[in-house]
Amino acid sequence: MAPDPSGPVLFYNETIIEHFTKPRNVGELDPRDTDGVGLVGDPACGDQMRLWICVRSGRVARIAFKSLGCPGAIATSSMLTVLAEGRTLEEAKKITDDDVIEALGGIPEKKKHCSLLGVRALQAAIADYEKRRAP
Amino acid sequence: MIYLDHNATTPLHPKALEAMEPYLRGRWANPSSPYRFGQEARAAVDGARARIADAVGCRPAELVFTSGGTEADNLALRGVRGGPIVTTAIEHHAVLNTCKALESEGRRVTYVPVRPTGVVDMSALAENLTPETVLVSVMHANNETGVLQPVEEIGRMARSRGILFHTDAVQTAGKLPGRLADLGADLVSISAHKLYGPKGIGALYVREGTSLHPILTGGPHERGLRAGTEDVAAIVGFAEAMALACEAADAESRRLGELRDRFERRVTRGMGGVKINGAQAPRVPNTSSLSFQSVDGESIVLDLDLQGICVSTGSACATGEPEPSHVLLAMGLSEREAQGTARVSLGKDTRPDDLDKAAEALTRCVERLRRISSEVRI
Repeated sequence: MAPDPSGPVLFYNETIIEHFTKPRNVGELDPRDTDGVGLVGDPACGDQMRLWICVRSGRVARIAFKSLGCPGAIATSSMLTVLAEGRTLEEAKKITDDDVIEALGGIPEKKKHCSLLGVRALQAAIADYEKRRAP
Repeated sequence: MIYLDHNATTPLHPKALEAMEPYLRGRWANPSSPYRFGQEARAAVDGARARIADAVGCRPAELVFTSGGTEADNLALRGVRGGPIVTTAIEHHAVLNTCKALESEGRRVTYVPVRPTGVVDMSALAENLTPETVLVSVMHANNETGVLQPVEEIGRMARSRGILFHTDAVQTAGKLPGRLADLGADLVSISAHKLYGPKGIGALYVREGTSLHPILTGGPHERGLRAGTEDVAAIVGFAEAMALACEAADAESRRLGELRDRFERRVTRGMGGVKINGAQAPRVPNTSSLSFQSVDGESIVLDLDLQGICVSTGSACATGEPEPSHVLLAMGLSEREAQGTARVSLGKDTRPDDLDKAAEALTRCVERLRRISSEVRI
């Protein structure tokens, strides 16, 4: 029987654990390659995330993140960068929390709020990019 | 596996299991049955009660068996009826949430703050004791930090005002040498599974002459204070474990204290941005609560788990809750600091090389998480 995801204890699936132990796209982009930066925090649990994007030909050419948070926060941040990389900005803007959760194969109920960080950080980085380009 | 979460639970002592076995196999009678088969079970319960009483230094009649520490806390808090209760901000959820439930029933409860050391603010405690107060409940040692509370002094303060005093000694019974009766409390909660006994059994020490109401009604078991057929095997296992733990407490507390201090030296020497909670106060020797800057405690727990090392973020009962520890917040830690905390608790099977491995793994794990961390570097 699968562990109860809403139960008192947290059980993460293998995909989440894999993204936690080997997060993709961790780090910072060189300022010269950075076209947008997003910084968001979750006041409920104190998690925070920084995200850098490099935009080429209207696409997220490169993406990098750093996260302070629980395994759920780190894994969702990592998965978000995987989903966003190579996408057009319009596509990237449409990525939802559910997309991240689905790509990870589910996340414990109490950890769903962690997945919000990645999506919000990406949207903030894209907004930053658009602001920088605005005349 | 390196198990360093003995404040959550401990393995069953093989001798406790051995003592229990006959009562799980052939001697399964109800201790209240009148025939000799039942009397054999009754004798086992009585013998176990006498053994525990002897080990902890009280009278057998002063022990009421319960289903564990939580029930013992409930019996103490709900069983003393009448006026207001004074407790602290750092109690275990078994006490805190019972107090909250009593508040919703109209009972007045005051939660006394603690100092940054983790020790209860004694002047605030004294100020909050009123002529109406009927019960003071302060834990002996905190489950998250191991910080010991001045229970003897609190006991004197309560007694001089005619107030009953309850202490949750779940984290000290069988760990620290000394008699239960010397704690100065009228009511003391203890639990078997924290001292290598079985889960599902504990006791409330009720000082002779203390007026207490039952919370479970039914048969006349436990002198009318706890109805329900006794779990004979668990009680026998509890007694065996308690006798062994008390016998070893003196040497074991010294051994674990040295190991714990060495572990803390290794971890703090290896990195910056780490704080040991409660280090300025007397602590139970097996517990270490460490707050790491710029990382999350849950990530530490999972990372170490994947390496076969069991530690916790704080209370096992609060795992998975996004709220930071109420204990650490009460000690003045920020929410972020509280979230970056791991608790390491040693036990009788903890060997020095296990702890060295754990210190090394913990250091590497925090370094890795800090490389991922978005917070400003230390």
